[in-house]
Amino acid sequence: MRIGFKRPESMRNSPTHYCPGCGHGIVHRLICEIVDELRIREKTIGICPVGCSVIAYDYFYFDMVEVAHGRAPAVATGIKRVQTEKVVFTYQGDGDLASIGTAEIVHAASRGEPFSVIFINNATYGMTGGQMAPTTLLGQKTTTTPFGRDAKEAGYPLKVCELLSSLPGVAYLERIAVNNPVNIRKTKKAIKKSFHLQIEKNRFSLVEILSPCPTCWRLSPLESLKWLEENMIPYYSLEVVKDSVPLP
Amino acid sequence: MGKIVGLTGDETAAEAMRQINPDVLAAYPITPQTEIVQNFSQFVANGVVSTEMIRVESEHSAMSACIGAAASGARAMTATSANGLALMWEICYIAASYRLPIVMPLVNRALSGPINIHCDHSDSMGARDSGWIQLYSENCQEIYDNLIQAIRIAEDKEVLLPVMVTLDGFIISHAMERVEILEDEKVTEFIGEYKNPYSLLDVDNPVTWGPLDLYDYYFEHKRQQIEAIEKAGEVIQRVGKEFKEISGRSYELMENYRLEGADLVIVAAGSTAGTVKAVVNQLREEGVKAGLLKIRAFRPFPVREVSQALKNAKAVAILDRSVSFGAEGGPIFLEIRSALFEEAKRVPVVNYIYGLGGRDIGIDEIKAVYKNLERIAQTKKIEKLVGYLGLRE
Repeated sequence: MRIGFKRPESMRNSPTHYCPGCGHGIVHRLICEIVDELRIREKTIGICPVGCSVIAYDYFYFDMVEVAHGRAPAVATGIKRVQTEKVVFTYQGDGDLASIGTAEIVHAASRGEPFSVIFINNATYGMTGGQMAPTTLLGQKTTTTPFGRDAKEAGYPLKVCELLSSLPGVAYLERIAVNNPVNIRKTKKAIKKSFHLQIEKNRFSLVEILSPCPTCWRLSPLESLKWLEENMIPYYSLEVVKDSVPLP
Repeated sequence: MGKIVGLTGDETAAEAMRQINPDVLAAYPITPQTEIVQNFSQFVANGVVSTEMIRVESEHSAMSACIGAAASGARAMTATSANGLALMWEICYIAASYRLPIVMPLVNRALSGPINIHCDHSDSMGARDSGWIQLYSENCQEIYDNLIQAIRIAEDKEVLLPVMVTLDGFIISHAMERVEILEDEKVTEFIGEYKNPYSLLDVDNPVTWGPLDLYDYYFEHKRQQIEAIEKAGEVIQRVGKEFKEISGRSYELMENYRLEGADLVIVAAGSTAGTVKAVVNQLREEGVKAGLLKIRAFRPFPVREVSQALKNAKAVAILDRSVSFGAEGGPIFLEIRSALFEEAKRVPVVNYIYGLGGRDIGIDEIKAVYKNLERIAQTKKIEKLVGYLGLRE
């Protein structure tokens, strides 16, 4: 009997700590499938952020480093400069990359550091229990904006891909979501392209993935997919924001 | 009359902040502090405070925003834990040197790495030389009382320094206790209105904050800062007395718990002091002359009061919930051993490092410490100067 679907070799057999309906598990699996398909498990180094994916190293079956909040791109820079032949990626949420670590991501991108960034955007600080993040949508209720985010006092949601798109050091930026099977496949393609750009062209790229957070959005997993489609996608449009090195 | 309520440590801090009603609160979430700001933001949303709330992108910016706000004449607050405090580090020193009376609850949590979210005092002890006044809280009531007093201490003209009020992460921050809350008006009256004597907004009396200060005057300015934090000792005591008048609860620089005639004394700060008290009560019933010296103000450190309290003890153990790597003992131990140096009679002191990264400490461990003190008092011999409690070795 042929087994058609199994756990990727790059994924450890450990129980998940993520909530039901969370997008992290899907993206973890996609990364592991890609690492298997590219046969780079022995040369991949991942960097964990602070946030819900703080213990992502429990799931990835290759070398991982856990770093301080927001500093993943700076640490990745250090790793990649020394281990130039390795495939290096950071895995960061919006509370990490788009908030406390904005300086690091902007400057790693500006320098064109040749690693991949997997950026999970769920429009909230998930780990600490659903406070307003810079990516929180206008009107979105969080524990620190109980009547919804008001631009007058809390500013506007940050679009990371657009922010980075003007930097010449950036080869590729795509925003995608893990809300349905089609988009999940597109997400895999985007991550794979990012890894290709690193391996083949030595370039910086970032894939932003809109991901549901049923727990902090106070919705069921199904409702949260709908919420993502009706609220996040209209603002964070799914598109290739920049592609200066189209692959053949 | 005020009211008696059941609150967690974080809720207590938020409640005190509601009554303080600061002009500005700038903060970033971090476990286990998050609930303070989260609860406070509900007060902001409901319009029960008039605070301008700034949801900044990092603690470095939180403290920077507090500096801007405080220098502009506002009463500014923030709250943080561990790595958040570490990220503020640069700005903490600047806040103190600008003499800005910012008040900050610090929910004690172990500093990375390895990453850990549970309690120890590595964060606040690491910041002990930043120029901030530090008040340690044993329980929820003390968080409330310390925060309200901290406003008065910080803003005293003789002091004008930032104050950190610590509470043990999870052990206190997430545990519900009975807390007596004063009437809002009483607190408002007690803390008074904040008037910065050198406000940036006062264009008729222009000033520059934080200009370049090289070998010509930097040293003198630091000397002024030393004087201010020294004076804070008296102010902490004075404010403590005044606070008793409105609350019935008195506060000193430290708390002597059954120290009278105590031969065997433990020194502790934070929630562990409560556990030690329980052990002291048990031992006293058994006829053992045990006592506790609880540190409330660690900065300024009450050198004279501590040596006065400990000089007649037969043996003293200092419990430190943090490490000073490479030093012979933890931060509290080093201070106390030094404070006792001037005493004519040598008091034997030992140090125990405990509770790092949230490792629990219980009655049995504390009893073992008193047992060891008994041995030291009898033999006059210290076998191990620095030991560890609850550690697998």
